[in-house]
Amino acid sequence: MTNSKLTETLTFECETGNYHTFCPISCVAWLYQKIEDSFFLVIGTKTCGYFLQNALGVMIFAEPRYAMAELEEADISAQLNDYKELKRLCLQIKQDRNPSVIVWIGTCTTEIIKMDLEGMAPRLEAEIQTPIVVARANGLDYAFTQGEDTVLAAMVQRCPSNAPEQNQIEKKSLVLFGSLPTNVATQLNLELERCGIQVAGWLPSQRYADLPVLNQNVYVCGINPFLSRTATTLMRRRKCKLISAPFPIGPDGTRAWLEKICSVFNVAPINLIERERLIWDSLEDYITLLRGKSVFFMGDNLLEISLARFLVRCGMIVYEIGIPYLDKRFQSAELQLLEKTCSEMNVAMPRIVEKPDNYNQIQRIRELQPDLAITGMAHANPLEARGINTKWSVEFTFAQIHGFTNARDILELVTRPLRRNKALENLGWNQLVKM
Amino acid sequence: MHAPLGDDYFNVMRSMLERERDFTPVTASIVDRHVLARGSQEKVIENITRKDKEENPDLIILTPTCTSSILQEDLQNFVNRAGLDSKSDVILADVNHYRVNELQAADRTLEQIIRFYLEKARSQYNEPLRKTEKPSANILGIFTLGFHNQHDCRELKRLLTDLGIVINQILPEGGSVTNINELPKAWFNLIPYREVGLMAANYLKNEYDMPYVAVTPMGLLDTENCIREIVDIVKSSDTSYNFDFETYIDTQTRFISQAAWFSRSIDCQNLTGKKAVVFGDATHAASITKILAREMGIRVSCSGTYCKHDADWFREQVDGFCDEVLITDDHTQVADMIARIEPAAIFGTQMERHIGKRLDIPCGVISAPVHIQNFPLGFRPFLGYEGTNQISDLVYNSFTLGMEDHLLEIFGGHDTKEVITKSLSTDSDLAWAPEALTELQRIPGFVRGKIKRNTEKFAREKNCNLITLEIMFAAKEAVGA
Repeated sequence: MTNSKLTETLTFECETGNYHTFCPISCVAWLYQKIEDSFFLVIGTKTCGYFLQNALGVMIFAEPRYAMAELEEADISAQLNDYKELKRLCLQIKQDRNPSVIVWIGTCTTEIIKMDLEGMAPRLEAEIQTPIVVARANGLDYAFTQGEDTVLAAMVQRCPSNAPEQNQIEKKSLVLFGSLPTNVATQLNLELERCGIQVAGWLPSQRYADLPVLNQNVYVCGINPFLSRTATTLMRRRKCKLISAPFPIGPDGTRAWLEKICSVFNVAPINLIERERLIWDSLEDYITLLRGKSVFFMGDNLLEISLARFLVRCGMIVYEIGIPYLDKRFQSAELQLLEKTCSEMNVAMPRIVEKPDNYNQIQRIRELQPDLAITGMAHANPLEARGINTKWSVEFTFAQIHGFTNARDILELVTRPLRRNKALENLGWNQLVKM
Repeated sequence: MHAPLGDDYFNVMRSMLERERDFTPVTASIVDRHVLARGSQEKVIENITRKDKEENPDLIILTPTCTSSILQEDLQNFVNRAGLDSKSDVILADVNHYRVNELQAADRTLEQIIRFYLEKARSQYNEPLRKTEKPSANILGIFTLGFHNQHDCRELKRLLTDLGIVINQILPEGGSVTNINELPKAWFNLIPYREVGLMAANYLKNEYDMPYVAVTPMGLLDTENCIREIVDIVKSSDTSYNFDFETYIDTQTRFISQAAWFSRSIDCQNLTGKKAVVFGDATHAASITKILAREMGIRVSCSGTYCKHDADWFREQVDGFCDEVLITDDHTQVADMIARIEPAAIFGTQMERHIGKRLDIPCGVISAPVHIQNFPLGFRPFLGYEGTNQISDLVYNSFTLGMEDHLLEIFGGHDTKEVITKSLSTDSDLAWAPEALTELQRIPGFVRGKIKRNTEKFAREKNCNLITLEIMFAAKEAVGA
C-alpha cells in the first residue's frame, strides 16, 4: 500500500481508550537485579501479589530481594498502625538480607488511601539506620516501564552533590541514566571512551553506594525514552544539564546519541560514520526480509518511537505507533529523527496515537493487514490465529537492544515471526479460527 | 473490569497459558486521575454501552478490583443505568476483594449468574418444569485456567455417557447464558471440584430440589464412590434404570484402568513406605493424599492446603491418611515444613516445585498455582479412570527421576566426554584479560561455551593473543557480517 501524498510532519492523536499494558510495579523485576544490594518492598494488595507471582514466576524463589507487604482490610480501614507494621517488616528485611537500601514501592491502593509513605520513610530510616527510598509506581498514573522512571527519580535525591576530591568541582562530567544490564552499560561506556569521553557514573548504579555525583557541572543523558520524570528531577532538583538526543537504539540512534554527546563536550567523534556503516552491512541479511514490509505498533512499553524509527531506516513502513504516554519534550530529538528518517526513506509518516483504544486498533489492523503487528501478550495469540504475524512487545524490554553491538538482536526479534511464519505458510496454517 | 492499568493481566494469562485463539472478552475501563477526580460514572456507563454495541454479548458483568472497591462508588447504580440502554443484561459481580480469594469469588459469581437467569426465566415463563426423559446431569465448575479442567471435562463426559446418562449443561466453560434456564431439567448436578460450583449446587437444590453429587471422582476408590452416589440418585427417580454398574466398576478398576495393576506390580512395591508431602487446593490435595496412602502404600508425612476457609472439611478428609496437617497460605511455612520433613517426593503446586528445586527434591504438580507446563496439549485428565493412569504415571516418574538423580550424583555424573573437551581448551594459546573473564562469567552457563569458542575463533582470525573486552564485543558484532 503506497501513500502518494506524503505528510510533511507527524500527526499526534490521543484516543484516551481502553488499552492493555503491564502494571508499573513490574519494574521491580529488573531493578532488583540491577541494583545488587537493594531490597524492594511492594506495598499493595493481593492483586499486586498475583501479578508478581505470575509475571516473575521462577524468580520468586531464587534468592529474592523483593517482597510484598500485603494490605488487608484492617490496614485499609486504618485499624492497624501502618507505621508499626512497616517498621516490623523493615526490621525483618534488615535482619534477613541486610540491604544497603530498601525501596518502598507505592501502588494504586496506597495512592487511594493516601498512605503517607513519604512521611513515614524518613522517621523509619532514622530508627533502623537503613536508607529507605519511596517510589510511587502505580497504574493510576503510570504505565509499565514508567515504573523505572519513578524509582530513578526518587533515587536522584540520594545521589551525592560533591565528589570527595575537591578538584573535580569545576570540570564538566557525564552521567548516564536508565537501567541496563551491566554488559550493555559497559559497551556504551566503551563507545564513549573511544570518543575520548569518560562516563562519570550511572543512575542506577550496580551498588547503592556507587550512586553518581550530581551537581550543576554534571551533564546527564538518558538511554531510554520513558525516563522523562527522572530527567525533569535531575534538571530541577540537582541543576544538571540534560543532553537531549535520540536514544541509542539501532545503529542510527546510537550514532546520533554519541554525536550529540560529543558535540556538547566539544569533542570530534572519530570514525562513527564508518562504524555505523559496518553495522548496517552486517545487518543486511535481516534487512532484506524487512524491506518494504509494513508494521503496526499497538503500544505498551514506551519504546515504540525509537523502535519505529529504526525499522523505518531498515526500509519498513510504519502505519501506526500506539504509545501509552509521550513526553514530546523529552523525546523531541527522537521525534525529529523519526521525521527526518521517514522523509529520507521516502515513506509516509506514521500516525502516533497516545493512550490508544485496543479494540479500535484491532479493527484498524483488520483493515490495514500489516505484515507485522508488534503487540502485547493479550492480543498476540488471537491475531496470529487470524493470520497476522505478530511480535510480542515485552521481549524488547528484556532483550539487550542498545548500542551498536546489539542492533542485530533487535532485528533477530523483529524478523523471527516473519521467518517462522514463512515456513508455515506453505502448509496453509494461516487462518486458525473458524470465520 | 473497573480497574487501573495493569489489572487486566488476566487477559495475558488466558491468552498465553490456555493458548486461547480468541480475544479474551474482558476489557478494563481504566481508572486514572481524571476518573478519581470526577467519578467513574460517565466512563463506566459509556464503556458498558459501547461494548454492548461492539460485541453484542448476552451478558456484561462489571467487576471492581481491589483498587476500585476502595473508591466505594455506587457501581450497582451505574449497572442499573447502563442496563436501561443496552440490549445485553448487565450485572455487577458481588465480591469483596479483601475478604475472599479467587476461588470463593468464582463460586459466588457463578451462583449469582445462575440465580439471575433462572429468576428471569421464572418471571417470564410459567411453564411447569419438565425433567428430561432419559437420566441427565449438569456439570458445574469447569473453568478457564482451571487445573486440567478441560481434560477432566472430557473424561467426565465419557464416564457419564458410559453410565447411560445424558449431559444436559456444562457451566461455565463452553456454556451459554441463554441455556441457563435449561439447568433444572437435569436429574442432578455433578460438582467435580469443591472450590467452585458448590454455591450454585446448593441454590439449585434449595430452589428446584435438584440433588447433587460432590464426590470428586479422582482415584479408583473415589471414582467408585462417585459412581455409586450417581446411581443411587438415578435409581431413586427411575426404578427401571438397570445399568450393571457393579460389573462396570469392577472391569474398569481391575482391567481397563492400569492403576490397580500398577499398585500391585513389583516395582511399585519399592514405593511402599516412601515419604511424600502433599499440598494444594482442598480438592486436589485431599484426593491425592488419599490415593497415595490408600491405593499406593506411600506414607504421606504432611498434607496441606491454602484453602483456609475449607480447613474443617479438609482435615476430616485426610484424617488417618497422613501424619500431620498444614493449613496456611504462607508459602514460606510450606517451605520450612518440607525442609524439615525431607520427603522423597512432593506433590504440590508450582510453588512447591520451586521449593523442591532448591532442596533437590522431585515434585509432581497436582494443583494450581500453575505455569504453562500445566496446560498440556495432550489429553491429561486427573479425574475418572483415565485420570488414575495419569496420576500413577506422575507419581511413579516423580519418585523414579528422583532416584535417578541421586544415583548419578553418587557415580559422578554422565561421564567422559566433558573431561576430554576440558583438556582441549586449556591447550589454547589465547589468554583472557581479567575484565574479559569476569564478563564471560556473567554470561549464563548454557551459552557460555559457545560464546567463548566464538570469541576465541574471532581473536585467532585477527591474530590477537590477548582477549580483551573490546575483542569480546567486536566478536559479537562480527557474527552477522
